[in-house]
Amino acid sequence: MLLKYILKRILVMIPTLLITSALIFTVINLPEGDYFETLAAEMQAQGEKADLSRIEFLKKEYGFDRPPIERYFWWVTGLLQGDMGYSFEYQRPVREIVGDRLLLTIVVSFFTIIFTWVVAFPIGIYSATHQYSWGDYGLTFIGLIGLAVPHFLLALVFMYFANVWFGTSIGGLVDPQYLNQPWSWAKVRSVLEHLWIPVIIIGAGGTAGMIRAVRANLLDELQKQYYVTARAKGLPPGKALRKYPLRMSLNFFVSDIGDILPSIVSGAEIVAIVLSLQTTGPLLIRALQSQDMYLAGSFLMFLSFLTVIGVLISDIALAVLDPRIRLQGAATK
Amino acid sequence: MDILRISDLRIGFTIHGLAREVVKGVSLRVPAGKTVALVGESGSGKSVISQAIMGLLPRAGAITGGEILFRDPLAPQSTIDIAALPSEGSEIRALRGGRIGMIFQEPMSSLSPVHTIGNQIEEALLLHRPMPKREARGLIETMLGRVGFKDPARAFGLYSFELSGGLRQRAMLAMALICQPALLIADEPTTALDVTIQAQVLDLMRELQAEMGMAILLITHDLGVVANMADEVVVIFHGEIMERGPVEDIFRRPRHPYLKALLKASPHFDMEEGERLVALREARPRPPAAVRAPVPAAETAKAAPLLSVRDLRKTYTTGSRSFFGKGTLSSVLAVDDVSFDIRRGECLGLVGESGCGKTTVSKIIMRAVTPDSGRITFDDGREKVDVLSLEGEALRAFRPRVQMIFQDPVSSLSPRMTVMNILREPLAIHDRGSGRDQTTRVKALMQDVGLDVRFLNRYPHSFSGGQRQRIGIARALALDPDLIICDEPVSALDVSVQAQILNLLKDLQAERGLTFLFISHNLAVVNYMADRIAVMANGRIVEIAPRHALFARPVHPYTRALLRSVPYADLDRKLDFKLAAPGGASDASQWSPVFQRDPEGEALAHLPLGDGHFVLARPGADIREFA
Repeated sequence: MLLKYILKRILVMIPTLLITSALIFTVINLPEGDYFETLAAEMQAQGEKADLSRIEFLKKEYGFDRPPIERYFWWVTGLLQGDMGYSFEYQRPVREIVGDRLLLTIVVSFFTIIFTWVVAFPIGIYSATHQYSWGDYGLTFIGLIGLAVPHFLLALVFMYFANVWFGTSIGGLVDPQYLNQPWSWAKVRSVLEHLWIPVIIIGAGGTAGMIRAVRANLLDELQKQYYVTARAKGLPPGKALRKYPLRMSLNFFVSDIGDILPSIVSGAEIVAIVLSLQTTGPLLIRALQSQDMYLAGSFLMFLSFLTVIGVLISDIALAVLDPRIRLQGAATK
Repeated sequence: MDILRISDLRIGFTIHGLAREVVKGVSLRVPAGKTVALVGESGSGKSVISQAIMGLLPRAGAITGGEILFRDPLAPQSTIDIAALPSEGSEIRALRGGRIGMIFQEPMSSLSPVHTIGNQIEEALLLHRPMPKREARGLIETMLGRVGFKDPARAFGLYSFELSGGLRQRAMLAMALICQPALLIADEPTTALDVTIQAQVLDLMRELQAEMGMAILLITHDLGVVANMADEVVVIFHGEIMERGPVEDIFRRPRHPYLKALLKASPHFDMEEGERLVALREARPRPPAAVRAPVPAAETAKAAPLLSVRDLRKTYTTGSRSFFGKGTLSSVLAVDDVSFDIRRGECLGLVGESGCGKTTVSKIIMRAVTPDSGRITFDDGREKVDVLSLEGEALRAFRPRVQMIFQDPVSSLSPRMTVMNILREPLAIHDRGSGRDQTTRVKALMQDVGLDVRFLNRYPHSFSGGQRQRIGIARALALDPDLIICDEPVSALDVSVQAQILNLLKDLQAERGLTFLFISHNLAVVNYMADRIAVMANGRIVEIAPRHALFARPVHPYTRALLRSVPYADLDRKLDFKLAAPGGASDASQWSPVFQRDPEGEALAHLPLGDGHFVLARPGADIREFA
């Protein structure tokens, strides 16, 4: 039953990804011109002489004289074979450029999600069970500040004080000597040492939002009759809270996983630039600016793939968590 | 010996810094092995008292005086004052669920939907009587079998949403009684159930009480239930005890005016023709509504019916639908060959248990659900409209002719709109008059339903249930409909408010010549409102008759079972609990063969009994013998 459900969900992913790829391709091709024209224009603006014949040659070489439909199919079939295309700007295959950065992005996002949950859940639960107490008000206030301050500003403030107080530069995700080095234990340790700052900064807003959500959801669930039933059985309040209302309010967060992944990845881009993190955010922004279309497109495709996977994970987790979805899942018509 | 003795209990609530006393010096006792009924309207403080006994008062509430003495029959020497215990201490937790069990009104929401029945019962058992899981499982399955689950081993692994309302309440009973408590508190345990199921659950409670020797504190507003269950009665009003004593004294010699009024406010079957319910508190006097040109009586008798429904049929498909079309599909025939007429100015009652298809019929008439087949003709005397074939603008023009009043006055009004916006919306949608005309019309509507025009700028949450239902009625009246479908309009209301709303509907019908389709599971209410009554079971109309004929000479076994299951507030007409069929009254296999579909023979037909009385039976069957 569950297996069938998972299979069904995976099948649904195929049309979703196809439509997404078409959308991404269209949007990237919407602006006038292409990478080579942008390049020529930039060179001319800087007073250099553009080698027009070379540009013509490159255009032909990369199929830019063909209709967009044809190029789209090339791109998609390439993607299916694991070929993410070629970056014009870096003159290297996209996979090589993106590889390391993707890993770092995933690491930062993963720890940010963990951080958000670990901080938000206890605070949210406290706020809900002590509604309208001073603790609730205080935590709410701090949370609202976290929600209101933009990420990049928080990043700047952090950098400034880290420099003033500790005399260190916290920019980057690894110490400079490990940049472009192969992975080693020392490099991993260096990443972990640097990781906590971006995680806190990127997670701050999300944590504040999550605290509000946990509090609101739990307050709703605490009103429910089955919680009274649980207490009427003689369960101690903590145990009753964990087994019933908390379990029910989890649904909301599990179903949210699919949304969290892309929002953290994209929300972190500006912070990544400010902190000069070697994640994918800055790369994507640069690629979009220069119309480096295979880099941008393949990368966006990868993000959409992550999102779809995130939704899949949350759907499966929901089905495992909630028997109503598992047993009644099929819609009544 | 008294298990529970409450003396001079006072409970206060502090809301927004304002302290208010909701229980004002209540004293009562619950003798061992007996049933004490605590009777009152919502807001009278009866549920708060039960919460105080369990130590489960909401955070805003606190016991401000008095004592709740609990004497456990297993340890009769010592008494525990529950009022003095800390609310989350281990002593009170040992009592809760262990020595005092509790069941609630809504069996659906009282059980966690994400844990199995067995898991939830096991939790209660192991908390108070630690034992190996295997042994616990045996005890629980015995208990589940005892409360009426046919296959206890399977029931253990079921979730609450897989059970019917009656079975859910049985599972709640199993959970409350698994530790063999000395006292069971039942807070409106059958209010949400159908009458026949109610009779079964009440019977089960009595049996278990006799077996286990526990005392029951039964909290209810239904005097019929009280008369059939209670040994002693305590009547509470606004947090004060009005009257208490043995059930004989209370029903035969009610002394307090409140109790007398309560008895008068509930509709019952012995009402005289034209007798009005007396509401506990008369609502604001309301000027009679502008009388529409009345249709002469002689004309209506001959004229074509306002609404004529023929051979309606609707199948719902449930089950898992796989992505590629295949899957385990099962279809339920929700409405099966339903035909009836409603004459202009008439009130047709539609009665049946939940799930019998009555609401689906109303939705089909409203064009909210499309039937598989059938025909609905709407004839206002000027033109005939084929309702089911209407499309686009014609359908939009038809919609104001049929309006609806809903069951739940809370969720059927948008909390984000003021009363003015709510009442004006239908006028705005159908472009009736200028802004000023609409405002005038809304004010008139408010007066028609007995509400103050000054309330127009308020939001629904600041009204009581009865007032909200009045707003719902005003909204249904806004477009001057010919037909109003009332879907259980009073089942969410208190007895006293129910009387006010029923009287209001009656008055409006008389003044405006309205036609009602009145859907309810409460036979007494339908008896009060309807001219003719159609009884539905399993998607079919099994009997249709003028009101007095149906109640005086019911023929169909389902109708009879329904009538038999209604608890009367009368000690001389106690329910015969044993008559209820095991699968509920709608279990067709329990009916006499002439009412069952003959597998080989012809389909069932509506056989006439004269005087507009029809019953669904095998063609050619001699139904006179049942009449």
